[in-house]
Amino acid sequence: MEASAFPISGEEQGLEKRPKDKRPKGPLDGGSKWARWALRYSVLFYLAALLIIPVIMIFVRTFEDGFIESFDAVTSEAGLHALKLTIITVLIAVPINTVFGVLTALVLVRQKFRGKAFLNALIDIPFAISPVVIGLALILLYGPRDGFVGEWFFEQGIQIIFSTPGIVLACIFVSLPFVVREVVPVLREIGDEQEQAATTLGAGPWQTFWRVTLPSIRWGVTYGVVLSTARVLGEFGAVSVVSGRISGQTETLPLFVRKQFEVFNQGGGYAAAMVLAALALLTLLLMNLINKKEERV
Amino acid sequence: MSGSAQPAAVRLPRPAFRPRLGSALLSRGIVVTWLSVMVLIPLAAVVFRSFEDGFGSFWDYATNPQALDALRLTVLAALAVTAINVVAGTAIAWVLVRDDFPGKKLINSMIDLPFALPTIVAGITLLALYGNDSPVGITVAYTVAGVIMALLFVTLPFVVRAVQPTLIELDRDMEEAAASLGASRFTIFRRIVLPNLRPAILAGAALAFARAIGEFGSLILLSGNIPGKTEVASVFIFGQIESGNTTGAAAVSVVLLAISLAILVALGAVARRGEAI
Repeated sequence: MEASAFPISGEEQGLEKRPKDKRPKGPLDGGSKWARWALRYSVLFYLAALLIIPVIMIFVRTFEDGFIESFDAVTSEAGLHALKLTIITVLIAVPINTVFGVLTALVLVRQKFRGKAFLNALIDIPFAISPVVIGLALILLYGPRDGFVGEWFFEQGIQIIFSTPGIVLACIFVSLPFVVREVVPVLREIGDEQEQAATTLGAGPWQTFWRVTLPSIRWGVTYGVVLSTARVLGEFGAVSVVSGRISGQTETLPLFVRKQFEVFNQGGGYAAAMVLAALALLTLLLMNLINKKEERV
Repeated sequence: MSGSAQPAAVRLPRPAFRPRLGSALLSRGIVVTWLSVMVLIPLAAVVFRSFEDGFGSFWDYATNPQALDALRLTVLAALAVTAINVVAGTAIAWVLVRDDFPGKKLINSMIDLPFALPTIVAGITLLALYGNDSPVGITVAYTVAGVIMALLFVTLPFVVRAVQPTLIELDRDMEEAAASLGASRFTIFRRIVLPNLRPAILAGAALAFARAIGEFGSLILLSGNIPGKTEVASVFIFGQIESGNTTGAAAVSVVLLAISLAILVALGAVARRGEAI
């Protein structure tokens, strides 16, 4: 049993995810230098033109019109409110998705029941449909005038659409699959021998979860949390539909960016976009760090 | 539980181990309720609303000229983007796995940037470089080329990240065997490498297609949303919601939903076939 201690088991089976840098020369590696260079530089050109230079341009444009003037928009009352609302949304939506995501992953991996395949497919739906359709779905359900249950909520004095709860719901919907999809493969890989051992030794379900299961899936969970956070921070389509985009009230940072471009305050738009881009780069850094951690464990 | 004593390799038959049936049922119930409330019921509301006034009205909304134009552009652009991604994504994965050059690690981690970057920012990055005051003199804003470019940006990682792990694990002995038997490099790639990569390429392509079909945020500023020219389906739906026609919006949404679901099913089939091999 000790030999199959979980974190190594993947590598033992040759399932390691990362490239290993021992590369024996294959027939397709040597050969014509020109072909290799042509391929390499076409790929680099494609990436530069589509991805790298455009992202750099955001920073260039922000500083072009004067850094201070551009940042006035971000530090304006509406800008700061947008930032605050975005952070609040992340703080509500991500923990909810993490708890339910881990639970969903556990149920999907550890249990067998009828309709599991359907449930499994359901989880991927938020990835496969347009965020605008997600927003529409929430309006049709919770809208104060024509929503199926929205009227009842409205009578109770609870406003969901055009308000913070709607924005949070939209963000939970769009980022629902991330934690599940990151945790499921880890749970599969570690198996349930350790949990069984813990239970045999008299641990209760909670104790088993906190002491055995959670420590072994923690990097999967962390990775899912980082991805969810990035998605919630940047969610635009679904939030656009459900929020009503009221400046200083229901405007998140991505909506604020669009508003700046619409009122021809491009400098402010670029500055706010730069804040979001910087957060995205931070996310990317975290993703890489977690990947390295995972490898070392 | 007699088998749990020592041998590590022995897998216990699952039914033998059922310590907490009650909590299993409870957690299953919570998960089913959670997914129903969050995903299933909202989507059912869309389908229900689209057919509320009967099938005839659904059909009228889904086939009005502006909606059809938007749907056609969406599907055609998504197909074109998927095709480009299949070639470019495989090439990128190939270079990242088989080639070696300074800065490769950095490039490799940049590939995920479109996943981390908010879609509205993705549109603005392209606007900054290829907008009306483009510093390189190339303007794609408010054109179909702009739509394609935005979709290429947001779907970039799918094929690369699907193909990369398969390529890493690909056994090079097969290539060497083919080479020693006199196959040319092109033949080796076409007959040995490509068939091995096909399931991964298809899986990545399906994901990219589904994403391209529904994309909204990156297009809203870049495409100009000109009806009949650069307006994609999600932007059309958005316009219908804004003007209060939620039934019309729901009808076009159902069409989009059907296309996405078809893709998901196809993806499942491809993945299952990949596992079987």
